[in-house]
Amino acid sequence: MITAEQKPIPEIIQYIAPYGKILLVGCNECVTVCAAGGRKEVGLLASALHLNSMKQGKTIDIKEITLERQCDPEYVEELTPYIDGVDAVVSMACGCGVQTIAGRYKKTPVFPAVNTRFMGASLGQGVWAERCKGCGDCVLGITGGICPVARCSKHLFNGPCGGTSNGQCEIDPDVDCAWRLIWERLKELGMEDRYEDLMNAKDWRPGGAGGPGKIIREDLA
Amino acid sequence: MENFEPEIVAFCCHYCAYTAADMAGSKRISYPSNVKIIRVPCTGKVDAIHLMKALEKGADGVYVAGCLAGDCHFKNGNVRAEARVNRVKKILTELGWEPERVAMVNMSAGMGEYFAQTAREFTETIRKLGPGPGKFAGTNDKAAS
Repeated sequence: MITAEQKPIPEIIQYIAPYGKILLVGCNECVTVCAAGGRKEVGLLASALHLNSMKQGKTIDIKEITLERQCDPEYVEELTPYIDGVDAVVSMACGCGVQTIAGRYKKTPVFPAVNTRFMGASLGQGVWAERCKGCGDCVLGITGGICPVARCSKHLFNGPCGGTSNGQCEIDPDVDCAWRLIWERLKELGMEDRYEDLMNAKDWRPGGAGGPGKIIREDLA
Repeated sequence: MENFEPEIVAFCCHYCAYTAADMAGSKRISYPSNVKIIRVPCTGKVDAIHLMKALEKGADGVYVAGCLAGDCHFKNGNVRAEARVNRVKKILTELGWEPERVAMVNMSAGMGEYFAQTAREFTETIRKLGPGPGKFAGTNDKAAS
């Protein structure tokens, strides 16, 4: 899923300072799972913004709503009955959600309340770790199911660098060396010979270096 | 300010603090009527939103009273509650409100005297801090939602 973290509250307050009526929009998908922008977080942020306005002796009008998915126009359309009655929208979805709202409602400013971080997996309650860079040409089939793009700090393709130390990465002793993990996994699978297969220089164009990505499915579009 | 009587909400665990409050009652130990008790099945059920909404709706202080460390009936609800209280403290600090307005306390079911003492001490802390956020607004009788 896409992970996110709430922005510092003072930054959000700064965005909405000129406005009195706010539409605070959460998303029921990824940001709900990573506890950054679901219904509960919308309630909590609304409460914090109310407490702030009380501190300032002001009034703020906040309408809370959480959409099924903020990155789909069908769901964003549900904001239409409210949009004319507010001065600004604060979105707690990832950047995709913020932009979908901004694209649909041209006259109302939209501000992000979270920082979108990475595509990650849950390691346990309250812990998420990056697992995919969206490089557009998946190599997990030849690296034992462990991604050197997302999990090697240098995105190396043919074994570890000289910075690996006791199986850990030189950037932080808590970060596993991805190539150590790959080697151990290949050994467990009896696929050590895969390690000898040299990977060519990667074409980064499908992963973003070729400009904004786009998928068009002729059979669906 | 002189006549300020704090309104305090105490989320009390059914298995410890609520029973301790009962114990205080049976032993005729008085504690301030400022404290309004909300019984919860476990303090692990208390979310940050409950603490924030209590403050928003007019409470001057809120505390969560759970089991002693290691004694939670549901294993670690009291530990989770403490983490949430700490989170709300951080939010209040970011907003310029006093983090002392929320607190976590731990006690066993037999600690009636301690329950009363906690209620007295917390009431005095809040009395010194003065009125809470909800008292500063005619604003928030529900904005929109």
